[in-house]
Amino acid sequence: MSGPAVTRRQFLASSAAGGLSLAFHLPFAREAIAHGETIPELNAWVVVRPDDTVVVRIARSEMGQGTLTGLAQMVAEELGCDWAKVTTEQPTPGENLARKRVWGNFSTGGSRGIRESQDYVRKGGAAARMMLVEAAAIEWGVPAAQCSVSKGVIRHAASGRTTSYGRVAAAAARLSPPTEVVLKDPRDWQILGKRLARLDTVEKVNGKQIYGADLSMPGMLNAAIRKCPVFGGKLLGFEASVIESRPGVRKVVRVHDDTVAVVAETWWQARTALDALPIRWDFGPHLSASSEAFSKVLRAGLDASEAAIGNRNGDALAAIRESARSIEAVYAYPHQNHACMEPMNAVARFTADRCEVWTPTQNGEAALAAVSEASGLPAARCEVYKINLGGGFGRRGAVHDWVRQAVAIAREMPGTPVKLLWSREEDMLQGRFHPVTQCRLTAGLDASGNITGLHMRISGQSILAGVFPQNIRDGRDPVVFQGLNDGGAEAMIGYSFPNLLIDHAMRNPHVPPGFWRGVNLNQNAIYLECFMDEIAAATGQDPLELRRKLMGAHPKHLAVLNAVAERAGWGSPAPAINGHKVFRGLAQTHGFGSYVAACAEVSVSAEGQLLMHRIVAATDCGHAVNPQQIEAQIEGSFAYGLSAFFGQCTVKDGRIEQSNFDTYPVVRMPHMPRVECIVMPSGGFWGGVGEPTIAVAAPAVLNAIFAATGQRIRQLPLIGQSLRRA
Amino acid sequence: MKSRLNINGLDREFEADPTTPLLWVLREQLGLTGTKYGCGVAICGACTVHINGVPVRSCVRAVSSVAADEKILTIEGLSRDASHPVQKAWIALDVPQCGYCQSGMIMAAVALLREKPKPSDRDIDEAMTNICRCGTYNRVRAAIKVVAEGGDARTAGLSIQHSDGSIA
Repeated sequence: MSGPAVTRRQFLASSAAGGLSLAFHLPFAREAIAHGETIPELNAWVVVRPDDTVVVRIARSEMGQGTLTGLAQMVAEELGCDWAKVTTEQPTPGENLARKRVWGNFSTGGSRGIRESQDYVRKGGAAARMMLVEAAAIEWGVPAAQCSVSKGVIRHAASGRTTSYGRVAAAAARLSPPTEVVLKDPRDWQILGKRLARLDTVEKVNGKQIYGADLSMPGMLNAAIRKCPVFGGKLLGFEASVIESRPGVRKVVRVHDDTVAVVAETWWQARTALDALPIRWDFGPHLSASSEAFSKVLRAGLDASEAAIGNRNGDALAAIRESARSIEAVYAYPHQNHACMEPMNAVARFTADRCEVWTPTQNGEAALAAVSEASGLPAARCEVYKINLGGGFGRRGAVHDWVRQAVAIAREMPGTPVKLLWSREEDMLQGRFHPVTQCRLTAGLDASGNITGLHMRISGQSILAGVFPQNIRDGRDPVVFQGLNDGGAEAMIGYSFPNLLIDHAMRNPHVPPGFWRGVNLNQNAIYLECFMDEIAAATGQDPLELRRKLMGAHPKHLAVLNAVAERAGWGSPAPAINGHKVFRGLAQTHGFGSYVAACAEVSVSAEGQLLMHRIVAATDCGHAVNPQQIEAQIEGSFAYGLSAFFGQCTVKDGRIEQSNFDTYPVVRMPHMPRVECIVMPSGGFWGGVGEPTIAVAAPAVLNAIFAATGQRIRQLPLIGQSLRRA
Repeated sequence: MKSRLNINGLDREFEADPTTPLLWVLREQLGLTGTKYGCGVAICGACTVHINGVPVRSCVRAVSSVAADEKILTIEGLSRDASHPVQKAWIALDVPQCGYCQSGMIMAAVALLREKPKPSDRDIDEAMTNICRCGTYNRVRAAIKVVAEGGDARTAGLSIQHSDGSIA
């Protein structure tokens, strides 16, 4: 076994920590370290150094969600090393390509980091352990089966001999990898499943963590950019002469056919010059587009005769028609911007035979493909170095528009590294937005208040149509039905209705959509869970009891719901807080492979002020890799999901109206409810944790608002809507 | 034109247009990239530094408005080894997620705790106006309380196991 040694990356890491220079050519080969000694890898995932420190290779991107630590825990568990001696490094997409994708998928989205790679990274750790043990056994002339391992120390009990991983690593690396690898029983886990501290915290509290926006290189120039603010518009021209004599300005660059960039010595010079640059746009065909107009299109889609079917059993429309009574409601969910705290950025360096890009990305391989395409060079002559992400949330995964721009600019100045950094305004206007949809829900009810049929008609935007149109089949976008599917391990509806129809009339505005943390689960859970509450109110049933009646065939959904209800004290009045009467609301869903539920406790004052006091949240993610980090993801999900109460992205004159946090308010400290997490892994499967809870945040609170006020909120944001008691 | 600022106890010379915001002088002229650009309009707080002990949004503060003898403190100057009590609490509770906003969060928290060593929840709400999209607010609050209560991270009840054997 051989492969890239650790030294090269040590260099990269230490250079990055210095913050001021990165090497351009990082050779992809074995290298010697300081004492003339080589450190071959045991396999793609594990390098053990002579001093017993362990390097675990991490292919997925760390953007705050903790996957770096979680993946390292999984490898370290099976490796049987000392957790205190674990460090990590990230292979590059180019290395993955050159080694026939030995590290698998780099894509970090859909809460897949842990669950999709757990099998092969654990096997990587286990195989390395077996080789280390075998090397010791050969040295001692004893059977490997007689040797045991603890914290990186190999022991042969009968002879009393011990050695360390570091001492046998070189010999182990020369052995053939085992053909059969058995993974540990979860009951024996000592590192996996524990509430371990993250590996990457210290540098995030002392200013040393380098993000893409912080990169600097010798001779580097900086670029500020503006794309036509109206989607689909074109760049007609600009008066470069107006700004060319400004201090620091080096070049004004046309980028593609719809964008202009200013390159200067510093970013501030570039940005201020760009602001002073006269630009002429052809705003294109969508100049009159508006959110109001598109809302009417969506409304019409609710009545359209044609719709793609997502889930159907029985004949819901007939059942509703023939029912004693029916209730109906129309909900809507607005466009949202990911609004990562770190705006999009990339450093690109182009020469005639090589193009390299340093960028925060959720998918290094997709970024590499974008570099290859934008540079006109084969992928083997391109490379992407993943830099720590200042937030991702889906924005930095599927579409690498900023990478293409950076390469296009770098092509104009071969040999010079150029850092493109978007302004916050550019980031807000050129987002890949949470899709906008409306939903009409209609339920048929019998005389006893039982549901005879349910119809959910979703009308609106398809992410796939905008991002991966090749995945649309017969006009149907399967991702639209997230959380509403009839079965499956990914995102299954949690209720059994005697008759059910869920369908989607696709209506795509000109606003480009994207995978926004939680994706379509967000609005689908609002629609269904709030409407379940409406049915409960209309039929005089307790919202929990109504749900329970329909969840007999969905025990895992029910278990998380029961857990939050019990912990919150559902069924007995919530104690008043500071004289405010407190009310509760429930929601549950299944998404990204995990079962989640929330019970929100809110009060609404006589003046209509909403206070979110406490949320109890439960997650069954099958196996819990690091419960304290799962809790961090659950808490963060409420901040992200509840931000839709405060802000939305609207379109006027063809462009997004909100250009900064002044017009796009998000959850801040005073809004943040206390969150009590119940992490309840039931075993037997691996679910994601970064996203599912977002979907229950809003509906749990909206249902609690109804309990408090008798008022149904059917569209977000809340801002601008009165919460006075109906 | 050369100008001078006192940053983290050192006099630093730089050249920049006087209208340049302090943030960009720190980041681009002086290589102090721990202070972040988030919004550019003094809303998100990622660029928070102290000037004479007062938290300031450096993205809207023209560098020419800072006198050479005013004491600027950035995240890099808070301690040599992440040993400031606020940093220690942040580490103990694993507060950061992506971490991008945390320099500003920490600088805001340090200023708050200097002003009010035992801040109430309301004090924290009013002082900690920084935006975090990962949603670390509850751990930020918990870490501030840990510092206020004397630094014993176990009081936060998170049961986080650290490599040195300590449990927060």
